[in-house]
Amino acid sequence: MTPPTTFGLRADLAAIAQVVKSRSRVLDVGCGNGDLMEALEMHKMCEARGIEIAPELVEKCVARGLSVVQSNADRDLANYPDKAFDYTILSQTLQTADRPDQMLDEMLRVGKRAIISFPNFAHWRTRTALFFGGRMPVTRALPVSWYETRNIHHVTVEDFLTLAKNKRARIERAWYFADDAPISRLVANWRAEYAMFELSR
Amino acid sequence: MARKLASNTFVIPAALPLDSGQSLADAEIAYEMYGELSADKSNAILICHALTGDQYVASAHPITGKPGWWDRMVGPRKPINTDRYCVLCANVIGSCMGSTGPKSIAPDGKPYGMRFPVITIRDMVRGLVALLDGLGIEQLHGVVGGSMGGMQALSLAANWPDRARRVLVIASTARHSAQNIAFHEVGRQAIMADPAWADGDYYGDDGNGPEAGLAVARMAAHITYLSEEGLTEKFGRRLQDRDSKSFGFDADFQVESYLRYQGSGFTQRFDANSYLYITRAMDYFDIAEEQGGKLADAFAGTSARFCLVSFDTDWLYPTAESRHVVHALNATSAKVSFVELSANAGHDSFLLPHDQLDRVVEGFLNG
Repeated sequence: MTPPTTFGLRADLAAIAQVVKSRSRVLDVGCGNGDLMEALEMHKMCEARGIEIAPELVEKCVARGLSVVQSNADRDLANYPDKAFDYTILSQTLQTADRPDQMLDEMLRVGKRAIISFPNFAHWRTRTALFFGGRMPVTRALPVSWYETRNIHHVTVEDFLTLAKNKRARIERAWYFADDAPISRLVANWRAEYAMFELSR
Repeated sequence: MARKLASNTFVIPAALPLDSGQSLADAEIAYEMYGELSADKSNAILICHALTGDQYVASAHPITGKPGWWDRMVGPRKPINTDRYCVLCANVIGSCMGSTGPKSIAPDGKPYGMRFPVITIRDMVRGLVALLDGLGIEQLHGVVGGSMGGMQALSLAANWPDRARRVLVIASTARHSAQNIAFHEVGRQAIMADPAWADGDYYGDDGNGPEAGLAVARMAAHITYLSEEGLTEKFGRRLQDRDSKSFGFDADFQVESYLRYQGSGFTQRFDANSYLYITRAMDYFDIAEEQGGKLADAFAGTSARFCLVSFDTDWLYPTAESRHVVHALNATSAKVSFVELSANAGHDSFLLPHDQLDRVVEGFLNG
C-alpha cells in the first residue's frame, strides 16, 4: 500500500484512514485527541464516534466538535448494539486491554469490520533488547518502561494470527509496517514494528 | 406580587395540557432573551434553569440584585456566546418569578395555592415549547441545562426530538432516585410542618409564609449540592465569631451559620408552594417510565447531538446517572459525548468557574 495521502495524521492513523470507506459509520475505540475521527469526518465524510478513557483527551475531542464518550472500553463496549458500526477501530491499544481476546470479540460484534493495529513485540529490536540486554525492551514502538507501561498484554504478529483463527475471525486484509513503510507478510513477525488487520466475522 | 419580575411575558394561547390529565388555562411564561435572534431564527439556545433558578441567567436578579446565575457562562464572547447565539431562558411553570405557579391568581381571583395542579418536568417543557412556538422558533441550535435544567433538556429531546439540534445536559439524571426523592420529602415536610404554611393558603397581606420551614428545606437541600470535601475545605470544624463552643444551640460552627444564611436568604426570593410543586415534579421524573420502561426507546431515531457532563464529587446526580443516559444513547446509535469532570464542589460545580467545563460547553455548541 502506498500512502499518497496522510490527512495530516501520524503514519499508522493515516494507514487506517485510507482503509476506511467513505461515508461509513465508525467507532474509534481509544480515540485519543480525536485526530483520526476528525480526519475521517472531514476527508471521508464518515460519521465517527469515539471512546476514550482519559478525561483530558475527551474534553479536547468535545471541544473539537467530535462525539466522544469518556469510557472504559473493556467494560462499556457492551452497551453498543450488534453491528452498530461499519467499522470499529482499535489503534495501538489492543495490548492495553484487560482481555484482548474479549476485546476482539466485542470489536467484531459492534462493528461489521474491525480494524486493529498493535506494536509487534517480536520485532527484531525487541528481540535483541531482550535477548542480548536481558531486559524488557524500550523501543520506538514501545517507548515506556515495564513498570509504567499500559501495555500489559504484549503480542506478536503470529500470536494475533493465532488468536484470530481461534476466534474464527476472518482476516480480510493485513498490513505490516517498518519505519512507517509497508513490508511483506513473509518477514512481518520479525521486521514489522506494528501490524494492522481488517477483520470480520 | 405587583412588581414586574420579567422583561417579557408570553401568554400561552391555548390551555396547556398537563400529564396529570388536568390543564392550565391562560398560563404565562416569563422569559429573558440575550443576543439577537437571526432572521431565520436558527441561532437560538434555550437554557433551562434548575429547581430554584429563574430566567435571569445572565442579568441581575430583580429581588436580590445579584448577577445572573450563569453570568460567567453566558454573555458576549463567553462560552455560550451571545454575540453569536440568541440565548433564551424562561421561568418554568410552577415557579414564582413571573411564570404561572401556585402563587399566581387563579380564575376565581384568588391565588392558586394548593389548588394549582401537580405538574411534571414534561409539563414544564410543554410550556417552554409553547413559548418557542410563540416566538416562531422551530428548531433550537441547542438546549442546555444543569441539574433540573438537564432533566428538561432530556425531556425536550425525548418528547420533541425535532426541536433541538444539540442537547447539553450537565450534572443531571434521567430519573430521580430513592435518595433524591427522600431528600426532597424532608424539605416538603419541613415546609408543611410550619404552621404558617396553612395548607398552602398563606398569600395574605402580611406576606409572611412558611419562611422557617422553607429555610430548613433549603438548608437540607443545600447540603446535597455540596461535597463533604468542599464543606471540609470551606468550613472544617471552625467556630463562627467565637473562640469556644457556647454549650448552647447558637450557630457555633461556621457551617451552621452558612446554612442559616443560605436558608433565610432563600425565603426572600422563593415561594414555599413553588418549592413543593417543583420538587414533586422532579420526584416524578423518570424518562424511561414515560417510554414504557426502556430509556433507549426515549431517544430512538433522534438526530440531535448530545453531550453529558458530570462531576466526580456530585453525589446528588452522580456520574453513574449520566452514564446511564449515555448507554441508552449508545444503544440508539445517537451522537453522544460524555465527560466526567473533576471538581471538589459537588453538584454545585456546574455553576462555579471551571475551565474544562467552559471548553466543553463552547466546543460542543460551536461544533
